Amino acid sequence: MLEIVTREKDKASIVSISGDVDLYSSPQVRKVIIGLTERKAPVVVVDLQAVGYMDSSGIATLVEGLQQAGKYKGELKLFGLTAAVREVFELSRLDKVFQIYQTEEAALKSVGKNN
Amino acid sequence: MNEASKRKHSNMEGSSAPLRAQETVQFRVSSDPKMLKIIRAGIAHLCDLTGFAPEQRNQTMLAVDEACSNIIKYAYDGQTDRLIIVTVRLIENGIQIKLRDFGKKADEDFIKPRDLDDIRPGGLGVHLIRSTMDAVSYTNLKQGNRLTLTKYNRSVHAGNRDT
Repeated sequence: MLEIVTREKDKASIVSISGDVDLYSSPQVRKVIIGLTERKAPVVVVDLQAVGYMDSSGIATLVEGLQQAGKYKGELKLFGLTAAVREVFELSRLDKVFQIYQTEEAALKSVGKNN
Repeated sequence: MNEASKRKHSNMEGSSAPLRAQETVQFRVSSDPKMLKIIRAGIAHLCDLTGFAPEQRNQTMLAVDEACSNIIKYAYDGQTDRLIIVTVRLIENGIQIKLRDFGKKADEDFIKPRDLDDIRPGGLGVHLIRSTMDAVSYTNLKQGNRLTLTKYNRSVHAGNRDT
């Protein structure tokens, strides 16, 4: 069962996801991420520490969020990728497209520095 | 042809490998996305039986998941009550997975991976399948499609090279 918790910290919206992100569960992730970008959240930080599996539907949701945020000069950052999830980003060659950090602290520290 | 050579002929399928017991497991599931997790769990256990490293197991799970997702989205247009048959065979040095659907035929353009420089949501599934499996083949059948995925155990190959 997928769980998504959103909280605010240092003007950033931190979205913590727990569980597998696949064709069944990715619409839940999309609802939250796209909900934030529709409200033009300045910084969206996605916590993937508890995501053991992600398929292309999850990746597509994050790409959509990144592109939506880019339209209003917002930022979308990721942190805590597990080895399996990181490999999917690498296979898709998206590991260089996203801003990916090890920790929440590092992701928050980078806000405003990569634009 | 005597009995022994008949058995050898019927089991070898063109391979020069010796006869051996081949475990086959079949999942018959509905085209409901909630079944994907169950299929992944089954594939993971079978990969462990094959002796795959965690990375190989994850890659195989990903490829099967992406293939089933494509069946649900494209062959069955999102209908959740159609049949998907996943047949897994443990082969001598790896695993072979056949995915059968009874939906729309996949056309040649559709099963080509897309350009990764074109960064956009969607369309990554075929690329992920092709980049994680050692062999991928599509067969258009009279009714539906069959996708055959094969992955070999790299540690077995590495071990053979070292000896």
